Amino acid sequence: MNTIPVEAGLMLAGILFVLGTISVLVRRNIIFMLISVEIMLNAAGLAFIVAGSRWVQPDGQVMFIFILTMAAAEVSVGLALILQIYHQLKTLDSDAANKMKG
Amino acid sequence: MQVTFYIASTIAVLATIMVITRYNMIHALLYLVVSFLAIAIVFFALGAPFIAALEIIVYAGAIVVLIIFAIMMLNLRAESVEEERQWLTKDVFIGPAILCLVLLGEVVYIIATSETADTAQRMVDAKAVGMSLYGPYVIGVELSGILLMAGIVGAYHLGRQKKKVIHRFLEKIEE
Repeated sequence: MNTIPVEAGLMLAGILFVLGTISVLVRRNIIFMLISVEIMLNAAGLAFIVAGSRWVQPDGQVMFIFILTMAAAEVSVGLALILQIYHQLKTLDSDAANKMKG
Repeated sequence: MQVTFYIASTIAVLATIMVITRYNMIHALLYLVVSFLAIAIVFFALGAPFIAALEIIVYAGAIVVLIIFAIMMLNLRAESVEEERQWLTKDVFIGPAILCLVLLGEVVYIIATSETADTAQRMVDAKAVGMSLYGPYVIGVELSGILLMAGIVGAYHLGRQKKKVIHRFLEKIEE
């Protein structure tokens, strides 16, 4: 029976994480930035699952459940912030929120 | 299982590339669902069927639907796609993409040169996860509960529309 090498799983996680990072850096739309953060969190969870599969222990899956919980809480608060910014500034441009001129 | 893993990971990478290059938000979210489904298949191939189900239910189900509802509440028009097209040009991509790909190259080099074994093809079922979750990790479960509570309170507080408060004396004058 042919098995999946650990390298392949970790490289998939790395590629997905880098794609999410590029999108966070490139985008100006706040909703797209939130989506990219979701991609990055998912990739981090994938690395945990690969490690858990390597050692046949449930700890990797437990960590993924914690990441899942954190992602759900993060997206709800993030969307509330986005709605608030949109009501105040009437745009989704993240560069528009520079009232403090930082 | 190996062929399934490689096909699913290829689909996941391609769908994620489509997500980060779309101008229309809904199209990007639909590709994101495809990416999450492919990653769920990867989880199944790695022997984590419980997590594969959670990935579909929570990520592809709950989180994506939540983002779609938020987009519907914003009531965006067709101009937003044009705006996105102006923001996301090719030369914006070049700098960050090169830097991130250099980092990815380093990670791939480190993983490829280190000695790693194959993944064991045995399933870790939901029972083992549950026993671990409510055994050694029970403090983490309680902290997750606190985190979710803070998330609910924070989302309610931030999402509330402030009502304009008018003093009762002023109210009579306005009439």
